[in-house]
Amino acid sequence: MTRRVYTAIPVFIITVLTALLAAACGGGNTEQAAVPDAPTVSPVDAATAGNVTGRVTFAGTAPKPAAVRMESDPNCMPPGGAATDEAVVLGQNGALQNAFVYVKDGLGDLRFPIPSNTPVLDQKGCLYTPHVIGVQVGQSIEILNSDPTLHNVHAVPTSNQEFNTGQPLPGMKHTHRFSTREVMVPFKCDVHPWMRAYVGVLDHPYFAVTGPDGSFDLKGLPPGTYTIEAWHETLGTQTQTVTIAAKESGTAAFEFKPKS
Amino acid sequence: MLHRFAALVAASTALLIFAGGLVTSTGSGLSVPDWPTTYGWNMFTFPIDKWVGGIYYEHTHRLIASVVGFLIVVLAVWLWRVEPRAWVRRLGYVALAAVITQGILGGITVLWFLPPPVSIAHAGLAQLVFCLTIAIALVTSPGWSRGAAGDSAADDRTLQLVAAVTTAVIYVQIIAGATMRHTGAGLAIPDFPLAFGQIVPSVWSGPIAIHYAHRVGAVIVSLLALATAGHVLYHHVREGGLRRPAVLLVALLIVQVTLGALTVLSGKHYVINSLHVVTGALVLGTSLVLALRANRARFTTQAERMRVAA
Repeated sequence: MTRRVYTAIPVFIITVLTALLAAACGGGNTEQAAVPDAPTVSPVDAATAGNVTGRVTFAGTAPKPAAVRMESDPNCMPPGGAATDEAVVLGQNGALQNAFVYVKDGLGDLRFPIPSNTPVLDQKGCLYTPHVIGVQVGQSIEILNSDPTLHNVHAVPTSNQEFNTGQPLPGMKHTHRFSTREVMVPFKCDVHPWMRAYVGVLDHPYFAVTGPDGSFDLKGLPPGTYTIEAWHETLGTQTQTVTIAAKESGTAAFEFKPKS
Repeated sequence: MLHRFAALVAASTALLIFAGGLVTSTGSGLSVPDWPTTYGWNMFTFPIDKWVGGIYYEHTHRLIASVVGFLIVVLAVWLWRVEPRAWVRRLGYVALAAVITQGILGGITVLWFLPPPVSIAHAGLAQLVFCLTIAIALVTSPGWSRGAAGDSAADDRTLQLVAAVTTAVIYVQIIAGATMRHTGAGLAIPDFPLAFGQIVPSVWSGPIAIHYAHRVGAVIVSLLALATAGHVLYHHVREGGLRRPAVLLVALLIVQVTLGALTVLSGKHYVINSLHVVTGALVLGTSLVLALRANRARFTTQAERMRVAA
């Protein structure tokens, strides 16, 4: 009986180890998702294309930006003061920065080429820059570490594949392509929990991120009726319907209010 | 000597549980994205100047875990070489298997982005490793061999049963707590001692149910622990080996309930939250000691009894 136990225990340990190691090897985080084929030429006739412009604003008393405490990593401390939280960034006359505005619906079955340029999501001063960015499905996005410290780039999508990769040295880059449409994919750094970025992934090129003046311009849209959505990380979403004729310019204005 | 080493291993395991609690409480579980390496370095050569932010908690946890794993290897080999009782040697082998599995579970949960079932299993197995080291430390102690503690409990079936049941229920309660932590339900009920101003919540969701189950579990554990301690103090108050863990159990229970309340009221302050985790382990360990001493006669063979009597 005792001998049987002595034999059984090592066998049990080896079996568990083998099973768990096999399971662990199947869960890698550097794999890039498969990307569907895309056309090489735009289906939109440039001669009839129009655009939708507008502005995103914030109504009410502007919240005071909170200071970001970076003491946990001395390499992150900004010279001459603390960084501020980027959740709500306002410009002049209530202009709301970092809103992601895009065509949510109305393009039908149109399929678009994948852009060859590679947007960069930089980690600088222990903040993601830009804070909000958009890419197309299948387009490469480069995540760069410009800091003299280490980061982990951790994307936590719901429809795309999650990944978490380390960048221990300055200048390191990680390139990723998303496989499916998703608004928005949050990025975080678990080393520096205040670091947040949001990547809008769309299957078309009609998106924009508002700058300090709160404006946006969705260029090259074919004539049609579109649902335009403005997304903001803390204030939520708003939609509007805009119809444009050939070579026409439509407008949309979004006004967000403080969350109660 | 073996007993003292086993006690050191048990204490190290408690420290490891506290370090693990800090990892979860600070949200640092994925701050080191690779495993078993650390940002590509060998874990033991990872530069100290890079232990920043969440890495400090996660990497320290890994290093302490490595030390505890090594100590348990030594303990298992030591038992294998010198321990005459086969069932005690087996405890060492099981502890070794458990700590190896525990390390791999820790790695898998990182590589798979902290899926709750794996993280809960990691938390639950940590408590079993702790219990195994405590059991080994207890049964290798001179007191256990001499039968100095628990002899008056040899015929007390009530104590044997209630102490064992209390220990099992405490373990279930810890699993409920781990489920709450790893599903993000720690503040699903934001007030204490009431729940949304009432004894029973008026609104329900998955996280609220998990959180409330942990609170109900705390009441059940408290009643059982008080029953066990009360029984000991009423029937075996002269037996120091039973009285001491019984009193300690009640004291730890008071601390633990207080820490649980403070965890909610402080909005899950990471130190309070982690102390709540490790105190839960200490409550479990104390109850286990009491249960083992109450049931000591079951573990003693006729030959051992004759040897002690002689």
